[in-house]
Amino acid sequence: MQVGGYSGGISGQGSEVRDQRSGPACRTRRGKGGAPACATLKLRSGSGGYGIQSAVSLMALETIDTAAKRGVLAVQEYTALSVRAVSNIFRQPFYAGDLFQQADIIGVGSLPIVILTGFFLGCVLALQTASSLEQFGATAFTGQLVSMSMIKEIGPVVTALMVSGRNASGMASELGSMIVTEQIDAMRALGTDPLKKLVMPRIVATVLMLFFLVILSDTVGILGGGFVAVAMLGQSGSQYFHTAYQSLEYMDLLQGLIKPVFFGLIIATIGCYFGMKTKGGTQGVGRSTTQAVVWASVLIIVTDFVISRFMIGIFGR
Amino acid sequence: MSANESAPPVVAGSTNEPVVVFEDVSIGFGAEPVLEGISFRVERGETRILLGPAGVGKSVLLKLVNGLLRPDSGRIFVFGKEISAMRESELFELRGSIGTVFQEGALFDSLNVRDNVGYRLMEEHLPEDEVTRRATEALRFVEMEHTLYKFPSELSGGMRRRVAIARAIVSDPKLILYDSPTGGLDPITSTTIIELVMKQRDVQHTSSLVVTHRLQDAFTLATHRFSREKNGMEPLPPHTADANTSFLMLHNRRLVFDGSTAELVHSDDPLIRAYLA
Ligand SMILES: Nc1ncnc2c1ncn2[C@@H]1O[C@H](COP(=O)(O)OP(=O)(O)OP(=O)(O)O)[C@@H](O)[C@H]1O
Ligand SMILES: [Mg+2]
Repeated sequence: MQVGGYSGGISGQGSEVRDQRSGPACRTRRGKGGAPACATLKLRSGSGGYGIQSAVSLMALETIDTAAKRGVLAVQEYTALSVRAVSNIFRQPFYAGDLFQQADIIGVGSLPIVILTGFFLGCVLALQTASSLEQFGATAFTGQLVSMSMIKEIGPVVTALMVSGRNASGMASELGSMIVTEQIDAMRALGTDPLKKLVMPRIVATVLMLFFLVILSDTVGILGGGFVAVAMLGQSGSQYFHTAYQSLEYMDLLQGLIKPVFFGLIIATIGCYFGMKTKGGTQGVGRSTTQAVVWASVLIIVTDFVISRFMIGIFGR
Repeated sequence: MSANESAPPVVAGSTNEPVVVFEDVSIGFGAEPVLEGISFRVERGETRILLGPAGVGKSVLLKLVNGLLRPDSGRIFVFGKEISAMRESELFELRGSIGTVFQEGALFDSLNVRDNVGYRLMEEHLPEDEVTRRATEALRFVEMEHTLYKFPSELSGGMRRRVAIARAIVSDPKLILYDSPTGGLDPITSTTIIELVMKQRDVQHTSSLVVTHRLQDAFTLATHRFSREKNGMEPLPPHTADANTSFLMLHNRRLVFDGSTAELVHSDDPLIRAYLA
């Protein structure tokens, strides 16, 4: 199944087919816009600024035009890659070994940072909310506020950002190096679909593992908040955990558990996409890695807003 | 360059159909054409040596043969199937019977030599000891069986090239594509590798496309044969050349020569003369 004419293991002819399509367009544009503009520059350089101005505006237009085209193309490519990779879950062969290996790297490997950040975020949440609530004499609600913010927002978002820093970059650099050393081409030449063997296991492993990491982070965060509330703020532990538990509703949990699924998808698909479209040697690998982390982080936060808006719009929480 | 008007192979799987057919194939990157109007054939059991200056598109041509790149126009048939019309998912199966030696080797650097060579067998879920046995066998062919558990980073350039050859031949492909197997190697190692290519040609009778920069290697291939008794190559009688080995030459995006060794040496095309000089 080819999405939008996309056919290759994006590395090889997939991206090249794109290049060919966009190439002539950019080139003629450059020919029409760039060259005459330079000519006006030369002709009019003595008589005034007009030529320079039109050249600059032409160039600006051209830049916006090509940038927009490239953007649309990238989104199209990204969607095609994601759809193809995900649809491979149901197709033979299923790379279980690679899936377990990735689950280990992503899940077990992220445990320490997820536990540490989760715990201290819970601590700081308790500190801050307690000091705000004190003004209203409502410190009894510390537990509720900590657990709500941990489960609905902080847990999913921060865990996803951590995992994106670790693994979106890891995927982009690993796949990127394989592209520039022709290992992906070699894999295709040996009859293996890199989208099946490399991309699909990463997507499935990230979604699964992030889900459990977020639950863990939520738990550790609420515990951390409890620790601060009891040990540093002198609150009652049973009150903290009672309000923390009682205030929660199904919809809060649902929201907190839906988010990591989307975030996991974003991390893996963005990491693999930037890895697979790496161009130009070691420097290209570095660029892909940075871009993967930046885009994954931005998309996580934007998606968080969209999901929250959606859930609040529908369920009112 | 007569394949242009000839009909494409009709019956898939018939025994004497050509292994590779190019019909008026062109490809470019961006607005820049790299290859234009390329037509040639590789018959069963034939070895075709592809010559041409650096950057002319030899590697691109090989990648067209196994479908890693797609032509902008023209048709490509491999084993009688039109691969230029096949989807990527269908190509994976076909590539199972094509062995490719990449210009830079392209070994998987996080797998050891055994896993690299046995990669294709492991993908077919053969038992572990069967994989080891066949990988060792292929490595013995290139005299590298002592490196089974080393990683590519621990090997020299020539050793890597030989492992890449072992990886290409391990599943007994019907067609092997060698991309500059001797590039950047010293003359002695180059000769060893050319001997391997020859062994594959004369012992297994595999069809192949061999890209090379070194004319000397090309002529060694054309004027020697592999002797099983000597376990090495020996020259053919003077003024004879291997009948199954012939030449292709690319220049400036086009195929400028397609013919036998004798035709190449006696050509009076100034381009070819200049290249041979
Ligand atoms: N993926 C690609 N994207 C853009 N241009 C490419 C790509 N691959 C090859 N080219 C261009 O195609 C031309 C032919 O490249 P190719 O690698 O086939 O040369 P070659 O004949 O194998 O050279 P060499 O003998 O140095 O290996 C070059 O000009 C190269 O810049
Ligand atoms: Mg090359």
